[in-house]
Amino acid sequence: MSVETLSAPTAAPLSAAEQIGKVSVIISKGSLDGVYPGLIMANGARMEGIEANVFFTFFGMDAITTKRQDNIKVATVGNPGLHMMTWLGSVPGMSAFATRMMKKEMEKLDIPPVSEFVEMISDSGGGIYACKASVDMFKLKKEDFAPYVNDIITVGEFYEMAAGGHIIFT
Amino acid sequence: MTAVFAGHEVDVDHEGYMQKPEQWNKDIALEIAQDVGINELTERHWQVIEYMRERYMEAGSAPSIRALGKESGVPIKELYKLFPKGPAKLAARISGIPKPRGCV
Repeated sequence: MSVETLSAPTAAPLSAAEQIGKVSVIISKGSLDGVYPGLIMANGARMEGIEANVFFTFFGMDAITTKRQDNIKVATVGNPGLHMMTWLGSVPGMSAFATRMMKKEMEKLDIPPVSEFVEMISDSGGGIYACKASVDMFKLKKEDFAPYVNDIITVGEFYEMAAGGHIIFT
Repeated sequence: MTAVFAGHEVDVDHEGYMQKPEQWNKDIALEIAQDVGINELTERHWQVIEYMRERYMEAGSAPSIRALGKESGVPIKELYKLFPKGPAKLAARISGIPKPRGCV
């Protein structure tokens, strides 16, 4: 920008200290609504040029487990957010139906299926990690995970990686 | 609000995104690119810029990063190499289109 003629004052740009440089997102739940918010936050961080790592723990690991990642469902029982009576939510097929509806709406917004979304974050330079304690507990192996999973790490290693940035738990 | 890029006065928002894509030209793109820290626009950069502009003219909005990776012919990995501080926003800014407001 050589010469500037501004008709209104601009907001002062954020100083380096005010900017978020790094986020570490923890995804601990294995439902559709448990997985997507963390993925959107991580991808959104990369879109802003913010460094991002995603740490999958407990049932959240389904999102990076090859066999499970595209079968993640919306819980229709015990999910008051759906505004559905409990008995109705327990009707067979209801969860699959709600999941299908939600996926359709997400596709309209160009939100990718889980496997594609995690791969996209990886391609954007985001780190993808599985939690060692959960891996041991569920008796999983590196081969059970999608190929773009960087590593299986301990909580200590996670904190080292997260140092100096923000941690988002979902 | 207006700003002058490469000797042309253009309408911009407070972050420097052009508001009228028809005021854009390649010299303006080069100057904005330098402002955002990209010193050289390669053939691959131009491919993304052309796609951004075409898509904006057709759809009236900037593409999502997913669409950008699938449809521009430049995969996501490379997009982040070309525009390290965020391809969707930086490419929109250099392409002279308004700031993308999508979350993905």
